[in-house]
Amino acid sequence: MAALSEIETAPRDRLSRARALHWGLAGAFGLACIVSLQVGATNVTLLAMLAKLAQGEALSQMERVVLFDIRLPRLAMGMLVGAALAVSGAAMQGLFRNPLADPGIVGVGAGAGLGAILAIVLGGLLPAAMIDLIGNQLVPVAAFLGGWGSTLLLYRVSTRHGSTSVATMLLAGIALGALAGALSGILVYMADDRQLRDLTFWGLGSLAGASWAKVISAGPLIGLSIGAALMLGRGLNGLALGEATAAHIGIDVQRMKSIAILAVAGATGAAVAVSGGIGFIGIVVPHLLRLASGPDHRTLLLNSALLGAILLVLADVIARVVIAPAELPIGIVTAVLGAPVFLWILLKRRGLVEK
Amino acid sequence: MSLIAEDIRVSYGRRTALRGVSLTARPGEVTAIVGPNGSGKSTLLGAITASLPFDGAVTLNGRDIGAMKPWELAAQRAVLPQASRLAFPFTVIEVVRLGLQSGTAGDSPDVPMRALARVGLAHYADRIFQELSGGEAQRVMLARVLAQVWTPVADGQPRWLLLDEPVSSLDIAHQLQVMDIARSFARAGGGVIAVMHDLNLTALFADRVAVLAEGQCLAFGTPGEVLTDDILSRAYGCALRVSAPPPADIPYILPHAATA
Ligand SMILES: Nc1ncnc2c1ncn2[C@@H]1O[C@H](COP(=O)(O)OP(=O)(O)OP(=O)(O)O)[C@@H](O)[C@H]1O
Ligand SMILES: [Mg+2]
Repeated sequence: MAALSEIETAPRDRLSRARALHWGLAGAFGLACIVSLQVGATNVTLLAMLAKLAQGEALSQMERVVLFDIRLPRLAMGMLVGAALAVSGAAMQGLFRNPLADPGIVGVGAGAGLGAILAIVLGGLLPAAMIDLIGNQLVPVAAFLGGWGSTLLLYRVSTRHGSTSVATMLLAGIALGALAGALSGILVYMADDRQLRDLTFWGLGSLAGASWAKVISAGPLIGLSIGAALMLGRGLNGLALGEATAAHIGIDVQRMKSIAILAVAGATGAAVAVSGGIGFIGIVVPHLLRLASGPDHRTLLLNSALLGAILLVLADVIARVVIAPAELPIGIVTAVLGAPVFLWILLKRRGLVEK
Repeated sequence: MSLIAEDIRVSYGRRTALRGVSLTARPGEVTAIVGPNGSGKSTLLGAITASLPFDGAVTLNGRDIGAMKPWELAAQRAVLPQASRLAFPFTVIEVVRLGLQSGTAGDSPDVPMRALARVGLAHYADRIFQELSGGEAQRVMLARVLAQVWTPVADGQPRWLLLDEPVSSLDIAHQLQVMDIARSFARAGGGVIAVMHDLNLTALFADRVAVLAEGQCLAFGTPGEVLTDDILSRAYGCALRVSAPPPADIPYILPHAATA
């Protein structure tokens, strides 16, 4: 029998690497913020403005508007949405024990979208007292409820005795997405002119309509959901061994699953409510991080939030500059960049689905 | 301070898997559960580990397991399932550390490496779990379980290893090694319950044996009392003779004769 003294080398420490990555990604995020504030349709640039401030000059009215009312809220929204999508992807993959689970792919995004559209078209029918209470949170909260319902349903359909069938999950996701899309279509027909304007304003797979109002309406729910997800690291690690074993190593599985489902629904719902469906962030980001520093959820979730924010902020920069002065919907940019990566993942890891 | 299961009944839908099984396992002993496929061994272990709904009562070190939190249970007993699958590409050492995460007090950080060394796989620490052979994977899972209850006695109470077919995919040398680990754990004051298919290893290593058949306990006692022609033939439904030498021209290899 091998004695401890026979072990020459200490095992590789992926956890410290992942922890170091927190700082690397935080630095990269800072750079992404600077780039995002620097470029845009007008030739106002952050560096020029900072130089002006350094020389004690005041900013012009136009510069202030561009910086504070256009680029900053857009940066904030890109950051929130990117972090929300990536974290909900990572949490959902942990929950379903499958690297292909992603709120966008399995219909949770569509369910959240349906919730948002319901709120816009039929929200006026709610009792006035309730509208007063929820106020500008109505659309994100409705999207959260839509996402929550879809996640619960999906989990019910595809998980038996603590193990998830990938095929069932993906097929159920297709059905769920189609149903939610169809219902959304019906609602759009029912909408009047003002509601149609609101609908376009809310969801286009784009950050173009970014405003402080949207940041304030989606920010709290996203923050809360990401915060909740970040506490799930140990539980999701245990869940990788299956529900029964997770319980055996001391995890309150039911509670952990409920929190994970709420967090996924909250983050996806709020992100969809302000930006429509933006694809591939939720699946590509956690996957790249698993390749870089292993699947430990105690670090994966925070790193996903950071890398998701970075990628979405940068994708938004690309969306703004490639066909300037017009701009691309950001969903197109993430699809063009993300879909090939996703296909590459599938190609390299053909075993991913059969398992 | 024992593990007592009383009148356990379990049904899956309309199929009844256990019809009133009682079992008392004592610390310091290896208690084996044997019986044919589908006789309810895993189901009994599932009830004892609180992983499925059952009628009856299970007390662990004097406490009803139904009233214990998952982390309280995890501090007192570790469970090796019959089959394990892992969802993400964790390395071997990371898998073993998962057991440690239950935060049981007093465990030093080198416990996972020592547990791996105990099952003879210390040099596998950095391998990806999914790339292991079946037997290697089973031993890594055993190391994870050992790491969770590394000291057989904690706070004056015995801790428990609950193993569902711990040697099912191991070669004969590793079967002996793993059974020896189980017995040492018991001799050091812990308790072990192991579901077994190999009756020779059961005879060698078990202090008590429960024979299950069709959801009922057919016999419970020492290997000498229980492993008899009559009981085994009834349990397995074929004529079996204990300690009968085979015809002279066919070789036979018994673990009894192995030396380290
Ligand atoms: N999840 C389940 N749903 C329905 N029936 C089940 C389930 N699990 C087990 N059973 C049935 O309950 C009975 C007991 O099963 P159990 O797994 O306890 O057998 P076992 O003694 O461990 O068998 P083996 O030696 O093959 O591992 C069997 O008839 C089995 O078909
Ligand atoms: Mg079994």
